[in-house]
Amino acid sequence: MAEPVIALEALTKEFATVRALSDVSLVVGACDYVAVVGPSGSGKSTLLNVLGLLDRPTSGSYRLDGVETTSLGEGERTRVRGSRIGFVFQSFHLLPQRSVVENVMLAEVYGGHPRRDRRARALAALDRVSLSHRVGYLPDRLSGGERQRAAIARALMGAPCLLLCDEPTGNLDSRNTEAVLDLFDELREQGMTIVVITHENEVSDRAARRVRITDGVLVEE
Amino acid sequence: MHPSDLLNEALAGLLARPVRAALTALGTVLGIATLVITLGTAATAGNQIVGRFDALTATAITVEVPTGEVGWAAVDQVTRLRGVTAAAALAEGGQSANLVVRSNNLLDPTRAGSQTLSVVATTSGLPATVRGRMLQGRYFDQGHMRRGDRVVVLGEQAARLLGVSRLERAPAVFIDGRAFTVIGILGGFQRDRGLSGSVLVPPAAGRLLGLGGVTRVLVTTSLGAADLIAGQVATALKPGGEGVLQVVNPPSPTRARDAVRNDVNGLFLVLGLVSLVVGAVGIANVTLVTIMERTTEIGLRRSLGAARRHIAAQFLLESTLTGLTGGVVGAAIGVAAIVAISAAKQWTPVLDVRLAVAAPVMGALVGLLAGLYPSMRAARMEPVDALR
Repeated sequence: MAEPVIALEALTKEFATVRALSDVSLVVGACDYVAVVGPSGSGKSTLLNVLGLLDRPTSGSYRLDGVETTSLGEGERTRVRGSRIGFVFQSFHLLPQRSVVENVMLAEVYGGHPRRDRRARALAALDRVSLSHRVGYLPDRLSGGERQRAAIARALMGAPCLLLCDEPTGNLDSRNTEAVLDLFDELREQGMTIVVITHENEVSDRAARRVRITDGVLVEE
Repeated sequence: MHPSDLLNEALAGLLARPVRAALTALGTVLGIATLVITLGTAATAGNQIVGRFDALTATAITVEVPTGEVGWAAVDQVTRLRGVTAAAALAEGGQSANLVVRSNNLLDPTRAGSQTLSVVATTSGLPATVRGRMLQGRYFDQGHMRRGDRVVVLGEQAARLLGVSRLERAPAVFIDGRAFTVIGILGGFQRDRGLSGSVLVPPAAGRLLGLGGVTRVLVTTSLGAADLIAGQVATALKPGGEGVLQVVNPPSPTRARDAVRNDVNGLFLVLGLVSLVVGAVGIANVTLVTIMERTTEIGLRRSLGAARRHIAAQFLLESTLTGLTGGVVGAAIGVAAIVAISAAKQWTPVLDVRLAVAAPVMGALVGLLAGLYPSMRAARMEPVDALR
């Protein structure tokens, strides 16, 4: 069997006095679509930060695409983060003074991606999220749904193996939410592994798998 | 990260807030402009003073000759030297040897026609040597000298004292009771102004009045040739016997210029450096504020794979570019100001090329130093905190 994209084993993360993640084990295979649900303060965000290599676990093992990440140095983690993971945030985090295509191109500025054809790849990514008609716009002029689609296009740049989404529909109305979820379905069919953190049932119902996290303990549903 | 990507990101970061970037650079602009204006004005003014020294003094050489050591004809050897524009030999009596000169041989108590004046025998090159001009008539020439004509030329002041103003009727003056024809009045002395009060006679006429040998040789050189000529003139006048001649060199203008420079520079250099420091503090402050505002951008970049050094490099480059811009604009303003000041004062602007090149570099350095702390702060941010 192929190496799973994510393999967490007995993963624990402690802050000063609080145990945010407690003995978490989780395996996410290729083309999996997992929703992580739970009330606020349950440890969802901590899990996302650990999965995204933005934070280090206190103990346990995290293999990303077959690579043990807990023993990697800062530089290695940064490189893996840049090349293997695409982030989608609730508040999009698009740079307001840069056009849509420039925002997407930003994803390949770091991590030694070739400069040649960067613009073409960005345009292709925008085409994947059906935003080809907005490439030269500034983010201000886009609707919320378009902004999130631009952010997803940015996450798709550099061909990551994992899309990590933190409340991707939190700032969107139901129609735009629907459009973004449709896009996730499409991406998954094209072979992308997706982990979505959400507290909205609408989103978690669409996922193939749902895991619930409560007080740092993860349970499959 | 590719260097051109880094430059791209830094420029985009600055241009995203153009007004702020311009205001940030303003401190450096003022500092660099002050420095350039200070140094440039000092050099220009100093050069101006040197220019005056040159025109009047730096081309004048005087050779003191013990009486009888040098013949009248020797001065011709001096005029042949390359770099000498004119030379003249003089025979002067001492102060006590002044002679009574009268404009009229009649003793008329109602008119003050009698003066005690110095009488100086000179060769024909004197007007050119003192850069004077003939107010009336002409100077005596080789012919007068050879024939021993009893002619005189009056210095401007001597002419006034004697009441001689017009030469149409060929007036005579009486020196020691002997009549001499006045053929010219010499004025506009640029050096050895004392001669303006003298009665100037050809050497042969001087001999009649007891002025024997040459006592002084005046040499005027072209600009910059004075030092060279000073070393040659004694040999030219008296080959093999240079030791008895005393050559008086023009004073060196360099020291005078440096003194002026130092006076002007001290205070304003301090002012310029102070405003440069203020500019640096300004850049540091604004960069720090900008970093606080751009926290999520930093977090986003880290999530896209930017290492800490990439973040540090970007903000360091932004502040350096700000300083560089300030330096370029400041240097341009400074140069324009120096040219304007020079134009207003009709001076020749003098600008050290090194200064014009160093000013922008200095601005960039200020920006670099000012950006060190803020960019370290930015690099130290944890992406998790930055994205929150």
